[in-house]
Amino acid sequence: MRRVVVTGLGMVTPLACGVEESWSRILKGESGASRVSSFEVEDLACQIACQIPRGDGSNGTFNPDDWMDPKEQRKVDDFIVFAMAAAEQAIADCGWKPETYEEQIRAGVLIGSGIGGLQGIEATAHVLRDKGPRRVSPFFIPGRLINLAGGYVSIRHGLKGPNHAVVTACSTGAHAIGDAARLIALDDADVMVAGGTESPVCRLALAGFASARALSTGFNDRASEASRPYDKDRDGFVMGEGAGVVVLEEYERAKARGATIYGEVVGYGMSGDAYHITAPSSDGDGAYRCMQAALKRAGMSAGEIDYVNAHGTSTPLGDEIELGAIQRLAGDAASRMTMSSTKSSTGHLLGAAGAIEAIFSLLAMRDGMAPPTINLVNPSVETEIDLVPNKAKPMTIDSALSNSFGFGGTNASLVFRKVA
Amino acid sequence: MSDIADRVKKIVIEHLGVDAEKVTVEASFIDDLGADSLDTVELVMAFEEEFGVEIPDDAAETILTVGDAVKFLEKAAA
Repeated sequence: MRRVVVTGLGMVTPLACGVEESWSRILKGESGASRVSSFEVEDLACQIACQIPRGDGSNGTFNPDDWMDPKEQRKVDDFIVFAMAAAEQAIADCGWKPETYEEQIRAGVLIGSGIGGLQGIEATAHVLRDKGPRRVSPFFIPGRLINLAGGYVSIRHGLKGPNHAVVTACSTGAHAIGDAARLIALDDADVMVAGGTESPVCRLALAGFASARALSTGFNDRASEASRPYDKDRDGFVMGEGAGVVVLEEYERAKARGATIYGEVVGYGMSGDAYHITAPSSDGDGAYRCMQAALKRAGMSAGEIDYVNAHGTSTPLGDEIELGAIQRLAGDAASRMTMSSTKSSTGHLLGAAGAIEAIFSLLAMRDGMAPPTINLVNPSVETEIDLVPNKAKPMTIDSALSNSFGFGGTNASLVFRKVA
Repeated sequence: MSDIADRVKKIVIEHLGVDAEKVTVEASFIDDLGADSLDTVELVMAFEEEFGVEIPDDAAETILTVGDAVKFLEKAAA
């Protein structure tokens, strides 16, 4: 199979619009969480979220008009606008775009979302009830469909190769990057624009995830402390919005054009829990086999992984199950492992999480800096693994593993390695 | 322009994101103002909403220009 490398990065996160701005705030240990003020939350169990800082585009703020014509924005949900922004950044960063027809048909897109246009579905349901079917916009469907994120990106950038989308809840972003890398490895494309995007922050989603007992509800007056993976006071995840997109490229091609190579996608593993619709299997079997599969593909042992970006959502059950699975996988090497959860800063971006965390893993390699797990004051379990509490850790990172686990028992792990 | 024409023009500018001077009576939504078939469906909905009328599908198909819309709505209001 052909080798696949990452040559472009783009993101919009609750910390900032832009890769470097988001990353520097992650390393400083900042939180993107705050009380929701854009709609009524008084009657909701969870009243906080990690929302993108909107503004005029300066100082890391997100100005949607910078990325999509206001006339087009009106037709789509935010997850599509976020994907357009992240894809535009990633393509600019890779320093290449398809010009000829031959180049276009070898460049594709694979951007997923966990839920898609929930905000628009919520709002349009009210239009249907209050004003009737003749007032439902012709843009309601195309502006909500998950694969339209990739659809819009392909139209903007002339990507005529594989046009695909992944929907695997919170594993979406990782599956999208892994699957896209395979398309290149198998010679279905030379370049893939891949990632995940999500805009779930609305009353319907906050109510639904809270009913499923997945959200933090005890920190409504202390939002920045709510996402606290591995801490004994954690009580659920904090919902986040945003997008992460990478440009994947066949290695020889990237090398020949002198592209900046952030790392090689050396491992990709998948597994299913076959256990429960929302809870992870208590023995961590699904997570364990997923990481094992990714390492097998990479031809590496767990002890050779320098940094793990955990799924670590800050739910009471999930964090310890993942930690147990990693300890079992690492065995004696556990004491040398470093693992952190950047969800402590960003919140849980659902379908975009795996994509932004893949990017953070690549930047950790580039800068030799493990990002911190913030709000980790009293770990709920003892572990030999360094969870990087509260302060970024400088260290040599030549390889990184990024985990994503989703509702339905769907698991994905990616392994990246520096290209020597 | 009449009151109806002004209101039509405002809707067209808002929905199609075009400059006011382009929205002439003769301007075709698709050929001159960059609309696609879905945009025209949405425009008709916006006219229905603004003027409180129902524009049946066969009538909507004959509304191709700004002037067509104004004429139809003036007639409906009469």
